[in-house]
Amino acid sequence: MATDTMTNQHVAAHGGHDDHEHHDMSGVKMYAFWIYLMSDLIIFGSLFATYGVLHNGTAGGPSGKDLFELDFVLIETFLLLFSSFTYGLAVLAMHKDKVKQVMGWLVVTFLLGAGFVGMEVYEFHHLIVEGFGPDRSGFLSSFFGLVGTHGLHVTFGLIWMAVMLIQLATKGLTEKTRPRISCLSLFWHFLDIVWICVFTFVYLMGAL
Amino acid sequence: MFGKLSLDSIPFHEPIVMGTVAVIAIVGAALVAWITAKKKWMYLWSEWITSIDHKKLGIMYFLVALVMLIRGFSDAIMMRTQQALAAGGSEGYLPPEHYDQIFTAHGVIMIFFVAMPMVIGLMNLVVPLQIGARDVAFPFMNNLSFWLFAAGVVLVNVSLFIGEFAKTGWLAYAPLSEATYSPGVGVDYWIWALQISGIGTTLTGINFFVTIMKMRTKGMTLFRMPIFTWTCLVTNVLIIAAFPILTATIALLTLDRYLDFHFFTNDLGGNLMMYINLIWAWGHPEVYILILPAFGVFSEVISTFSKKRLFGYNTMVWATLAIGVLSFIVWLHHFFTMGAGANVNAFFGIMTMIIAIPTGVKIFNWLFTMFRGRLEFKSPVLWTLGFIITFTLGGMTGVMLAVPGADFVLHNSLFVIAHFHNVIIGGVVFGMMAGYTFWFPKAFGFTLDEKWGKRSFWFWQIGFYMAFMPLYILSFYGAVRRMQSYANTDWQPLMIVAWCGAVLILIGILCTAIQLYVSIRDREKNRDVTGDPWNGRTLEWAVSSPPPYYNFAHLPEIHEIDNYWEDKQKNQGKAQLDHPDTIEYKDIHMPSNTIAGPVMGAFSIVMGFALVWHIWWLAGAGALGIFATFMCRVFNENIDYYVPAEEVKRIETEHHKQVEMQA
Repeated sequence: MATDTMTNQHVAAHGGHDDHEHHDMSGVKMYAFWIYLMSDLIIFGSLFATYGVLHNGTAGGPSGKDLFELDFVLIETFLLLFSSFTYGLAVLAMHKDKVKQVMGWLVVTFLLGAGFVGMEVYEFHHLIVEGFGPDRSGFLSSFFGLVGTHGLHVTFGLIWMAVMLIQLATKGLTEKTRPRISCLSLFWHFLDIVWICVFTFVYLMGAL
Repeated sequence: MFGKLSLDSIPFHEPIVMGTVAVIAIVGAALVAWITAKKKWMYLWSEWITSIDHKKLGIMYFLVALVMLIRGFSDAIMMRTQQALAAGGSEGYLPPEHYDQIFTAHGVIMIFFVAMPMVIGLMNLVVPLQIGARDVAFPFMNNLSFWLFAAGVVLVNVSLFIGEFAKTGWLAYAPLSEATYSPGVGVDYWIWALQISGIGTTLTGINFFVTIMKMRTKGMTLFRMPIFTWTCLVTNVLIIAAFPILTATIALLTLDRYLDFHFFTNDLGGNLMMYINLIWAWGHPEVYILILPAFGVFSEVISTFSKKRLFGYNTMVWATLAIGVLSFIVWLHHFFTMGAGANVNAFFGIMTMIIAIPTGVKIFNWLFTMFRGRLEFKSPVLWTLGFIITFTLGGMTGVMLAVPGADFVLHNSLFVIAHFHNVIIGGVVFGMMAGYTFWFPKAFGFTLDEKWGKRSFWFWQIGFYMAFMPLYILSFYGAVRRMQSYANTDWQPLMIVAWCGAVLILIGILCTAIQLYVSIRDREKNRDVTGDPWNGRTLEWAVSSPPPYYNFAHLPEIHEIDNYWEDKQKNQGKAQLDHPDTIEYKDIHMPSNTIAGPVMGAFSIVMGFALVWHIWWLAGAGALGIFATFMCRVFNENIDYYVPAEEVKRIETEHHKQVEMQA
């Protein structure tokens, strides 16, 4: 039976041989996700700009130099960077159609990401208990705002990853789950890049 | 249990508010009764609320916008009445805390809940048809965007009778909007209404950008796209780049208010000018988000009714792109008085003036399109001519404001009010009215009544000048914006003139309402059988009115600008209509309706309301509801279907029969 699809890039046969239609839609999805990431980048841009303006507003409280422990943050950073690598391995496994392997690497990625979030929560908790919470100064507000937004994104990525693990277990690698794995991959690497900026501009430049 | 919410939150002691609530309640109850009596609930649910059809979503956006226009205009005429009365010691009839809520609500409603949905509504209705697509790239997301926007509308309106609205002005400048100075729930309503609807707008921006980039029909290269689609493309780029700044800014203000952060406070290292910078880094692109599609409407209208291709298509596109880029580097002109220094102010002043150049190019494009064209003076053309004159004037006062030295005098004065109403009414409102008249037959299958349309135009046009020219004059005598009362009685006569202007605009709005009623009554007489009532130029006129839900039985192929018009010229000015029996139809792949969008919208209302009133458990429940609904959607495999070829053939044959009967 012949069909017309929503896009005009080709005329595919419904349930027949040359079915490119879903392939094309997955391309459109990836494209849209890139655009979404660009808009998300602007949120981070706004937060970086705010941090840039407020980082000297310590109001007599501690500055970055007094607070940041680079060793701790370095471990955090490596957890996240390594999780990006393991996600890459998951995508490679997806291209080889090995569902079990994809799930295995996603679990490793999840654990690394959870470790990152755990460390960040510990850091935040520690600061707040010491009396250096976001209500202490403009500097700390912008620090918590920026780093916390990144952390929230990573947390959201973890939830997404958990959902994908369920979907892979129940549905396997389908034309619906594949683009989702690819989009999450973009998201995860994107958060890595943002973190590298956070690490450089907030922690390194703050501590040195 | 209920956070800050109690029975005292309802302003029983304010007769104006209670009267309004009573009217809304009566109208609402009547509407519910009518729908129930007509047994239309299922129809409403399955054909509209859950619909992912871009045309229906477009209509719903526009309908909400028209309703909110009445609300926003009520605020306007209340303010004009107050200022006409409250001179020389008189306090008028509105106490300051009520007046302050009114001017805030007026700005918020007119920009976010009237102008934006009008623009997005037209974009929804027209863009997929103009590019020869069956729907947008992500139809479910489109439905979700609408319901998130609707959630914002609901929150703004709820603030009318539970609690209060912000008293801070439409952009909620910090530190006034901080918890210290605005301890009530007004700013929180502002925050959550805008945050939720703003996220919907961002999704719309991404959706339509991808739709235009990826879903164009065969042969439609970027430089063969209709100008309206072009302006929408640039508007969507601006949405994608600007709305995240709004999201971030509102989020930071939220942290300040809810968790005692110090982003924008006066003390403890906060920086209030950071708020002003951020909000305008969104706010200035926002005005171009609104005006560019209006420019697109005028371009379509003027070339259609001049029966000529738009003069200087390429320059029009490049001018649009130039305005899009420049819109991001002028934000500081909203606060030259910040004291950034002469060099910074000079830069932003010059950039602002440069915007007048591409805009001027456009004005000449429209003028030269009319030149030696066969111009028909239909009401969309009247709106366009009114726009060209009014907007040019408003543009010139804008260039005056762009001179930092002059701005130091004019800042915060009525001159600013007169200027931006000059460009927003003369530009966006006139553009949307032109677009509404122009594409109404496409949406509903019959044209709007011309006589009442023209009356509406003349009342708006004259009313506008009468309402706002006095404000320019008053500003030179020192009248500032947002005055609840004033001492100088010399200002009163002009304030009364401005009030008369507002009344004329009111009559203009009434004319539009009557026009709608008359047009529906006479719809048989004004039926648009061919789908091409204006002898149109672009693809949306090639399908029936209203178009079938799949838009095009066969996706068309394009060879040049205004392809549909050129095809008609090759066929003695008539549309080429093949008999359906000679065409082979195919099954069409379409997305199914969704309940996830409206349900997520409903949970957003619950969450937003709970956050306003600090009812934390309910906010959590709302958020959980949104997440759970989204998960149901993500795990649902049954989200599309095929329209059988026979069904397509039946619909196309019916349309063909009607066209033949008319001929």
